[in-house]
Amino acid sequence: MSLLELKNVSKIYGELHALDDVSLAVEKGEWLAIMGPSGSGKSTMMNIIGCMDKPSKGEVLLDGVDIAKENAKNLTNIRRDKIGLIFQQFHLVNYLNALENVMLAQYYHSIPDEKEALEALERVGLLDRAKHLPSQLSGGEQQRVCVARALINHPEIILADEPTGNLDDSNEETVVELFRVLHEEGTTLIVVTHDPEVADVAQRKIVLRNGRIAKQTVNANFTGHIRFEV
Amino acid sequence: MFTRMIRGTLFRQWKKMIMIAFTIALGASLATAMLSVVLDVGDKVNQELKTYGANITVVPKSSSVLNDLYDMEGEGVGAYLREDELGKIKTIFWAFNIVDYAPFINVDASLPDGSPVTITGSWFNHHMELPTGEELDAGMNSLRSWWEIKDGKWIDEQAETDEKVAMIGSELAAREGLKAGDTMHLSGEAGEGDFLIVGVYEAGGEEDEHVYMQLNDAQELAGLDGCINSIEVSALTTPDNELAIKAAKDPGSLTVKQYETWYCTAYVSSICYQIQEVITDSVASPVRQVADSEGAILEKTKLLMVLITILSLIGAALGICNLVTASVMERSSEIGLMKAIGAQNGAVTGLVLTEIMLTAIVGGIFGFLAGIGFSQIIGHTVFNSAITIRPMVIPIVAVLVTIVTLAGSIPAIRMLLRLQPAEVLHGR
Repeated sequence: MSLLELKNVSKIYGELHALDDVSLAVEKGEWLAIMGPSGSGKSTMMNIIGCMDKPSKGEVLLDGVDIAKENAKNLTNIRRDKIGLIFQQFHLVNYLNALENVMLAQYYHSIPDEKEALEALERVGLLDRAKHLPSQLSGGEQQRVCVARALINHPEIILADEPTGNLDDSNEETVVELFRVLHEEGTTLIVVTHDPEVADVAQRKIVLRNGRIAKQTVNANFTGHIRFEV
Repeated sequence: MFTRMIRGTLFRQWKKMIMIAFTIALGASLATAMLSVVLDVGDKVNQELKTYGANITVVPKSSSVLNDLYDMEGEGVGAYLREDELGKIKTIFWAFNIVDYAPFINVDASLPDGSPVTITGSWFNHHMELPTGEELDAGMNSLRSWWEIKDGKWIDEQAETDEKVAMIGSELAAREGLKAGDTMHLSGEAGEGDFLIVGVYEAGGEEDEHVYMQLNDAQELAGLDGCINSIEVSALTTPDNELAIKAAKDPGSLTVKQYETWYCTAYVSSICYQIQEVITDSVASPVRQVADSEGAILEKTKLLMVLITILSLIGAALGICNLVTASVMERSSEIGLMKAIGAQNGAVTGLVLTEIMLTAIVGGIFGFLAGIGFSQIIGHTVFNSAITIRPMVIPIVAVLVTIVTLAGSIPAIRMLLRLQPAEVLHGR
């Protein structure tokens, strides 16, 4: 059974079909990239997979549970227990330091554990920046805090929305490298991106257009390492 | 973690939090000031109204019957109250509400030329040491505070002199060509004597033709030692309600519980009833005009204060509503993030409400202290005396601040509950 399965999913706003009868399966441990132009339905798909929105039609099975039928409270619990979210704008709480931002996810999940949070920051190479506020961190560092926060509760899926959209090449490489390590450890990764170089690193890539899957390719030369075109 | 978040928010949004605290302080200060005045205004207004004279008169039972039957004054028909029972008035249940009282005896006398004159014997600044240990100066000086002394001064009972003294009305003084310092000879049914005129007063009524003197001197002239015709009592009272009206007609018609409530409330009728219990064969009745106006003024003053309190609290709630809503809107992405990483609505609401309530506590404390100051300003400006802050004001203001803060936060909390993480984190 697939970890995540979308069956004939549609999201309709009035006349607009943001997602139109989309079916997709993501296996456990897979690294999937979702691409597409603006308005193609990427964010809508991410919101639905991330339990932040419900489809108008169809089924969304996460670990066998149809999240389309769950109420808001249960969706919050599923999101908390199974999904780690990474955002383009980082969305760190600006009055909490890096360590506290990571512990915030622990606080709403179970019990804050400073030692574990420090280990997560160490994994993303930010142990020495743990007590810094977001305003004292570079964009790349903020995104790495965001990654540490996403993985602190050992989620089934890491869902990243344009994770490198605000980063320079160097930081982009660092973040992709983090994804590669997570993938090697068996974490399922779904990365929404505009960036072909980031998408090409993934095992599989789908391209959305007008709310439908227009193209789907499997990376035959998958290594998990980013290759910048010169 | 919760504490860190609260601390972070309070420090980060300190300007907004100060505005919220200020709004709450404003409402709390007005509520404190108004409630303090409302709770104290009864005594203050009563004290003000006491300058208009007694609100209870006590007469012998037989005189009262004649008065009821024939609408005539029953004085001088042979029925008297006992002077030795006067001290008992300060032993009734509502003794502390009796602020002043004086006995009266009316004596028919004549001047040396044979013309009749009405003499009234009473207390002036009569000093009493009560069985309760309390000391009281009671009498005409305060019960007739509106009398204007045209010449001389009030009779001083406490002055050590053997001379008999009197005060005379201004019309009598003009007619007889008398002034303060003169001596006048008065003859009564049982005695006569020379009286030094210490003062000439103007009362603005028939009293201006009378002579006032100390009680025992008048009793000597009439040969009525230890007798008095009436007592005037000035008491602090609670405005009448239905129970008081029912009890005034017939206390026997009350149930045991109603009787206890009535007896233990300072209604003018219950004080009258208690005076009757200690003065033998007496009837105590309220001077309706004074008692009624006291009640009406008191009720209107209280209503005005309560309305000001309500309006100020509504204003504070609206202010809080705007500020808290703006604060939540400003923090929508932070709140959206919390929800996205697993915070339930209850947890986020709890966080925001804790921040607001902590701010409200600070604002409430400052507001309460400022309110005490406002109430003293009102007290000294309007009543020329300090307002007593009742301890019960503290819990009432605390409850009002809580209600106003929570009510003002409702729109923001509703917005917070409706906020979808997807909308604020990366749009639909």
